[in-house]
Amino acid sequence: MLGPFAGYIVAAYAATALVVGGLVAWLVTDGRKYTRALADLEARGIKRRSAA
Amino acid sequence: MDAPAPKPYSDTMTEAATPTLIQSLANPTRFMALSARVLPWLAGAAILVIAYGLYLAFVMSPPDYQQGQTVKIMYIHVPSAWLAMAGYVTIAASGFGLLVWRHPLADVSARAAAPIGAAFTFLALVTGSLWGKPMWGTYWVWDARLTSMLLLFFLYLGLIALRSSIEDETAAAKLTAILALVGVALLPVIKFSVEWWNTLHQPSTRFTATLDPAFRTPLLVNALGFTLLFAALHVKAMRNEVLRRRVKSLQLAAVRQAARSETQ
Repeated sequence: MLGPFAGYIVAAYAATALVVGGLVAWLVTDGRKYTRALADLEARGIKRRSAA
Repeated sequence: MDAPAPKPYSDTMTEAATPTLIQSLANPTRFMALSARVLPWLAGAAILVIAYGLYLAFVMSPPDYQQGQTVKIMYIHVPSAWLAMAGYVTIAASGFGLLVWRHPLADVSARAAAPIGAAFTFLALVTGSLWGKPMWGTYWVWDARLTSMLLLFFLYLGLIALRSSIEDETAAAKLTAILALVGVALLPVIKFSVEWWNTLHQPSTRFTATLDPAFRTPLLVNALGFTLLFAALHVKAMRNEVLRRRVKSLQLAAVRQAARSETQ
């Protein structure tokens, strides 16, 4: 279906999926880490001045 | 005799009371509220448009008469290369915003865009290389387009490394912004390299002129999808950066609080 150079086409799309997937996973876990840390600190009574 | 009372700055005060759209967006708290609402739509739109783009690329788009099916690599290579440049423009514009207007979110934007832009530059290089081997017979040549794109990748890494090597975040932000603005000189070199020098890399695809609609439509749809994806990733990374700064300032406050209670 993809002709004699199928390997190159699949490799290019796989690399893209891997890099984009990696970026998404990194951003989601990073976001969770900071949200948890913030909740932790606020639970200990340390709040931002501007926080309501 | 009493001096006359100074005239109040009524004009400027009115202006300050009604902030412009940019000013209100530059407030981190407002940004967090707005971006929380926008992000799911942005991510959803990116997924839908890319899915449609892939359907067009793999089901509807014919093989090229010269390149055969390898033309399908174009649908990810060109959008990645476009975002490599657009990502850099985002960083440079944010750097300008930081240095000139000191927008509180400008540095957040610059810092958030760097790893994402670097990732798309890497993808442009890798997909280009995987396209080059079957079409040119080689993964890599030191022609002007490929070399300047590699320099852009190193510039991204330089920005990330410079920032992480300076502990004082305010100084790191300023120095990174200056380097980002100096690096803008590379962008026209990349863009026009295929016209200024005799390169193995083909001239610009020219989204609208020379490309047959059978290839142009999937390319445009994928370029739009990738741009939406970049926007979604950037907004998410900016949200993370605002959270990181809040955690850092709270940790500092906690340390100060602990120090105070020890001295009492």
